[in-house]
Amino acid sequence: MSGNIWVIAEQRESELKKVTYELIGEGRRLADEVGSKLEVVLLGKNITHLAESIGFYGADKVFVADHEALEKYTTDGYAKVITNLIKAQQPAIVLFAATTMGRDFAPRVAARVGAGLSVDCIELKLDENKSLLCKRPVYAGKALVWEAILTRPQMASLRPNVFRPARRDESHKAEVEKVPVEFAPGEIRTTVKEIIKGATGKVGLTEASIVVSGGRGLKGPENFYLVENLAEVLGAAVGASRAVVDAGWKEHAYQVGQTGKVVTPNLYIACGISGAIQHLAGMGSSKYIVAINKDPDANIFNVCNYGIVGDVFEILPILTEEFKKLLAES
Amino acid sequence: MNIIVCIKQVPDTTTKVRVGKDGKHIDPGGVKFIVNTYDDFAVEEAIRLKERFGGEVTVISMGPERVKEALRMCLAMGADKAIQLWDPAFEDSDPYTTALILSKAIQQLPYDIIFCGKQAIDRDTMSVPVYLAELLGLPQATLVVKLEVDPNARKFIAYRDIEGAKEVIEGLLPAVISTQWKLNEPRYPTLPNIMKAKKKELKELNAAALGLDSAQVGEKGSRVKVLSMELPPPRSKGKILKGDPREVCRELVRLLREEAKVI
Amino acid sequence: MTFQLTEEQRMIQMTVREFARKEIEPIAGKWDRESLFPEETISKMAEMGLLGMMVPSEYGGAGLDTVSYSLAMQEIAYACASTSVIMGVNNLVCEPLLKFGTEAQKQKYLVPLAQGKFIGSFALTEPGAGSDAANQKTSALLKDNFYILNGTKMFITSGSHAKVFITTAVTDKAARHHGISAFIVEKGMPGFSIGKIEDKMGLRASDTTELIFENCRVPSENLLGKEGEGFKIMMAALDGGRIGIASQSVGIAQACLDAATRYAKKREAFGQPIAEFQGIRWMIADMATEIEAARLLTLQAALLKDRGLPFTKEASMAKLFASEMVNRVAYKALQIHGGYGYLKDFPVERYYRDARVTTIYEGTSEIQRNVIAKLVLSTED
Ligand SMILES: Cc1cc2nc3c(=O)[nH]c(=O)nc-3n(C[C@H](O)[C@H](O)[C@H](O)COP(=O)(O)OP(=O)(O)OC[C@H]3O[C@@H](n4cnc5c(N)ncnc54)[C@H](O)[C@@H]3O)c2cc1C
Repeated sequence: MSGNIWVIAEQRESELKKVTYELIGEGRRLADEVGSKLEVVLLGKNITHLAESIGFYGADKVFVADHEALEKYTTDGYAKVITNLIKAQQPAIVLFAATTMGRDFAPRVAARVGAGLSVDCIELKLDENKSLLCKRPVYAGKALVWEAILTRPQMASLRPNVFRPARRDESHKAEVEKVPVEFAPGEIRTTVKEIIKGATGKVGLTEASIVVSGGRGLKGPENFYLVENLAEVLGAAVGASRAVVDAGWKEHAYQVGQTGKVVTPNLYIACGISGAIQHLAGMGSSKYIVAINKDPDANIFNVCNYGIVGDVFEILPILTEEFKKLLAES
Repeated sequence: MNIIVCIKQVPDTTTKVRVGKDGKHIDPGGVKFIVNTYDDFAVEEAIRLKERFGGEVTVISMGPERVKEALRMCLAMGADKAIQLWDPAFEDSDPYTTALILSKAIQQLPYDIIFCGKQAIDRDTMSVPVYLAELLGLPQATLVVKLEVDPNARKFIAYRDIEGAKEVIEGLLPAVISTQWKLNEPRYPTLPNIMKAKKKELKELNAAALGLDSAQVGEKGSRVKVLSMELPPPRSKGKILKGDPREVCRELVRLLREEAKVI
Repeated sequence: MTFQLTEEQRMIQMTVREFARKEIEPIAGKWDRESLFPEETISKMAEMGLLGMMVPSEYGGAGLDTVSYSLAMQEIAYACASTSVIMGVNNLVCEPLLKFGTEAQKQKYLVPLAQGKFIGSFALTEPGAGSDAANQKTSALLKDNFYILNGTKMFITSGSHAKVFITTAVTDKAARHHGISAFIVEKGMPGFSIGKIEDKMGLRASDTTELIFENCRVPSENLLGKEGEGFKIMMAALDGGRIGIASQSVGIAQACLDAATRYAKKREAFGQPIAEFQGIRWMIADMATEIEAARLLTLQAALLKDRGLPFTKEASMAKLFASEMVNRVAYKALQIHGGYGYLKDFPVERYYRDARVTTIYEGTSEIQRNVIAKLVLSTED
């Protein structure tokens, strides 16, 4: 048994996702605490070159499964490769990203190797026996639980944008090991026919580190450009309140809240959103919340870190301009 | 088609969450239960498939006596049969053991497709559909927002909601489908159908009937265990800026850069 | 005794609640501001079986009891009082057709009404005959298999949207209220037209109109019941209708209470949420208590009706108490909102206006007291 700490890297189109660095950062911390190695598993096609840069971020070793059949993510493809590798290498702890990808295959792997899996975690710690404990939100973030993982290897998927990403240090190098991959015909039971991009613009709402959302205070779909302009300057994703989606100003894909997407960016800017409890459920665990609202009693002001009492029609253009200035300087 | 839907009864979304006496669960006092929000899409999709291709919809739920009401709601929507899985030994099952219990019930039935909601809005794990597919040896499509089924070719095409995109996947039936918002618009049961639901079959199965040993299920069989529950810390009062728009905007930008360090 | 709902009654309550809160509540404010008739929602309600709830299934209804009807009315009124009055009147119109209609009348009118294929109106009030309904002037003269109607009806709910109107007219003036008959009038019958659409304080999404009969020709087979039975038919329907208005009042009151408690917990004054002030807490306690009392009176009247027992007195009591109660509750709910309650930004302003009419229509509070007093005093000692 290697007893090492593992991270399953996430890449799409040969590009490492930001969450991967967060996993490495947390994985490194655990490995140092346990006194074991940090090993990263990378899957895909033509991705071997990424292994080196993973080393820069603190991995001791990178297992690379580079294969035609892994070009696009499939549940069966990923589950098989990772399961076999875990069986062979016996890591102590395996970390996944709690993205749509990680949440789609991690339980498969856990079931096959008999592991316990805690999902969508926001904090990890080791108890006195170096056993993993995970903190995760339940009831849409209205409560938090600490979970113990009873069977080994111990597995956890980590919520994006919560853990501190690893720092790049080009002097740090990782050993790279190629993983032989083979699939029998029909072993991967689903095929990806197409990936249709753009339902929510460039950055996915759930993985964006800044989200700018608009609410009913914008008065109509024709005014949403105010929110979009600000988002563009900040490289942020655009979100919307339920009122706006119900009114048909924006598609449901933009909806943040209890019945929409749960987002946890570093910065959430709510423009003309009153802050109904349902909305708070979707963005309440953002690191910083900024609220702009005309109504000084709007509930959103009770949860924000910074608030501006003012008319979105007046504030947003000025704010966009100010951010533009600041970002041009730096 | 033989269609199976797994549903969970969960506290209403407006429930005021308080930590219960045991420090691990929410305080059950005054909680109203509903059919899990995402399961409504699963039930609706199942009924639509039945209406289109014929067949039978069976809803299954693991949970105590009160889940019968949730099952009857699904029957009122148009499902044909319901099965309640309960045994005191099932208490505190984790997502894996929950899927194990469901899989044993499903293995006793004929099935062409199995629906689950993408996640239950209490524990929010999204894991049960995946475990279930694994335990039944089936392919899966999670987070499905659009589904095409060809019962003759025994094929499905599913549109999945992933970060910033839709992923279109194809696979063979039987399969487990987890349903996401937008897949359809769940119907409200009509009042006459609510009355008819009482006359539809609602069967109960316990651990023995499922061939499960009490060590395999509930807290004993679980691979993950809740140690404690807490409420998130209240956010400290924010800084509220008022006054000249230009001034307040400058101040906000400064605070975000210098104090919060997020820009 | 506790009032225990059956599993089905609870399921109906839950279903209608979910429907009302998701499909009606978010847009009710807009309907009110723009006086929009909730056409689409009414057809969704028809599909669910809410428009002919107590009509047996063989006549297109949901075949339910009055308790279920009351629960459903409460939930719809919670979200939108206007929508609930449209629903209430349609259910009210079904009742006399079911009890007094011929088989042909039932097939032609009751079935589509209960299914909500079209909606109905109940036309009793006249400009000079409200509480004193027996004093009506609209006349009906039988001539060659047609009744010729002349006169004006006033305050008719759904007048401009209904297809069928249960209307009363005098066929024998000398016989006073025994000379009033009931007719099924269809929109489009020659000589029938919609007059003024009233501009009201509340219930703005429900239209209230004048009906004008100018030598209106109603086929004699559209006489409902026998000649001279009209007053009895309408009064019997109103007994049931009063349970509907009581339920509506309870629903609006519950919405007031929920809005007020939500607001009181959030709004701060003198450094604490106003919900901490005893003055506010006592108002909330009184509101909750009165609502509970009204709900029980209402369900009790519904239960008596379902059991086939006399319920006129109880229905009047429920209507009287609940309608006066909702006005007190709406007053307090608005008071708790302070100045914001006086703005159209908060729904409590709409609740306050909508609540006002409940002590007026389907028999004013004074008339309810007359009914109750008469029944109380007539018991033998
Ligand atoms: C929004 C709305 C919708 C309506 N919908 C319908 C409908 O669909 N169909 C329909 O037929 N009618 C409808 N009505 C009419 C309603 O039923 C009457 O307004 C009501 O019966 C009162 O009649 P009135 O307005 O003529 O008042 P009046 O009868 O003139 O009463 C004036 C006042 O005198 C009091 N009063 C009268 N008689 C007595 C008495 N004997 N003792 C003590 N006090 C007395 C009354 O209580 C009241 O306070 C509607 C009214 C409104 C406002």
